[in-house]
Amino acid sequence: MKKSKRPFGKLIMGLMLAFFYLPIIFMIIFSFNESRSLTNFTGFSFRWYEKMWNDSEMMESLYTTIIVAVLATVISTAVGTISAIGLSKSKKIVHDLVLQINDFPIMNPEIVTAIGLMLLFMTLGVERGFMTMLLAHIAFCIPYVILSVMPKIRSLDPNLADAAMDLGATPWQALTKVIVPQIKVGIFSGALIAFTMSFDDFIISYFVTGRGVKNLSIMVYTMSKRINPSINAISTLVVVFITLILIGVNIAPLIREKRHKLKVKKLSGDLKEI
Amino acid sequence: MKRFSQLAIPYIVWGILLIVLPMVLIAFYSVTEDGNGIISFTFTLKHYIRFFTDPDFLLVLWRSIKIAVKTTLICIALGYPIAYFIAFSSDRIRNILILAITLPTWINTLVRTYAWIGLLSEGGVIQQVLNIFGLGHEELLYTEGAVLIGMVYNFIPFMILQINTSLSKMDKSLMEASNDLGANGLQTFLRVILPLSLPGVVSGISLVFLPAVSSFSIPKLLGGGQFFLIGNVIENQFITVGEWNFGSSISLIMAMIMMATMYVVRRLEDYSRGGDKERE
Repeated sequence: MKKSKRPFGKLIMGLMLAFFYLPIIFMIIFSFNESRSLTNFTGFSFRWYEKMWNDSEMMESLYTTIIVAVLATVISTAVGTISAIGLSKSKKIVHDLVLQINDFPIMNPEIVTAIGLMLLFMTLGVERGFMTMLLAHIAFCIPYVILSVMPKIRSLDPNLADAAMDLGATPWQALTKVIVPQIKVGIFSGALIAFTMSFDDFIISYFVTGRGVKNLSIMVYTMSKRINPSINAISTLVVVFITLILIGVNIAPLIREKRHKLKVKKLSGDLKEI
Repeated sequence: MKRFSQLAIPYIVWGILLIVLPMVLIAFYSVTEDGNGIISFTFTLKHYIRFFTDPDFLLVLWRSIKIAVKTTLICIALGYPIAYFIAFSSDRIRNILILAITLPTWINTLVRTYAWIGLLSEGGVIQQVLNIFGLGHEELLYTEGAVLIGMVYNFIPFMILQINTSLSKMDKSLMEASNDLGANGLQTFLRVILPLSLPGVVSGISLVFLPAVSSFSIPKLLGGGQFFLIGNVIENQFITVGEWNFGSSISLIMAMIMMATMYVVRRLEDYSRGGDKERE
């Protein structure tokens, strides 16, 4: 009887979905606008896509975003997985301490992580640019990979690797042929979280970059002062790109939620200890 | 297998270098004189004193906390009914709705915030709609309202998902039991559903309040230069002014406030649940 019609619920649900999607739809429509206006649609054209294509700064920011995201995902997934396996076999005190340190980037406000890394690079005299951005992305992605791989390793039989080696496997084979296939779900979701974190990042990239190296977020941030419909065009490309990836990986939204679950679990656990 | 424990060594080194050391550096810079090196430095608390004695900075801090609280309250007020609606839908509808809410969060935050500039600008769609009702003369972009919209837009999905998770986990037969025992709909909601969904609300608060306090891209894009928040002050100190020491102390102050807020919120949740137990 509770589930009758719920007209009020449907109404606010509809309004909320409109609130979520109208800005995105609006942006896509105006990327095809003939004039510079963001308010009046005067006619259909690909003018802003052409302009975007010829704008080397914009295209470079797109490449930078994708290259950094791919490299950061591959490296942080590999390092995170290997470290998680290593930690699971380490002494309890090492294991606990490293996981505690691992939580800092997740718990800290992003701007604090960003400033810390910036100060580190400045103090060590490292010139900021593409490499520092990549290093920073790897640094904030690994903790999420470890957090998503760790529970899968815990659920493994601790004797699995020994059994494999008794049967003649080398340690490397035991690792790649026995352990990794067992935890691949965790590795995969860790990689996805890493990719979206890196692709979406603004704050940390903004502080650790230099020499004109920009990712998409930084480009939008610095260009938004004046009206530039090419931003709508490149944004539309990003929407299409993300949608394609999501269709490719149709379980993905559930993992985004999982990332927040991980964070919430951390937040509640750690604060209860105080 | 002890041999595998060596695999953790690179990450231990990495963690010390790229996680612990940066935090030590922030603390170090926040209590030393400007222009000091790592080897020769003078200890000082002047950056903290400067922040707490300057009414301008305190005003910005107060404004950031105020807008983060407003954002959080709006997210709860709008997000709760939405989460309630989703949680009590059929499984199929619930999955579709959760997907619909998660999808936009995958698109770049800056891109989605930028989309609002066109909507809110003068003569834009929203103003045209308001014009029909004769309300269209107000300036929309570069106001506190615009910043609030941007923040709610970016952060409300997290609130909805958290509340929905705790509502979905709830045993639905509890509602029937409450009805059978003579409670009306409102009583059932206030005494049964609401207390059981509080953990979701609290997790939602941490995912909305914390990023809202420290946000600086949303106020910059939608608030123009007129609506400065604490995140913008920190950005300014590091990027424009170059006063790292002062900037470090501000970010530490902000981090402390955020931790204290979350601690209080959690305590309130524990307290409200403890109260329930006593009543039983």
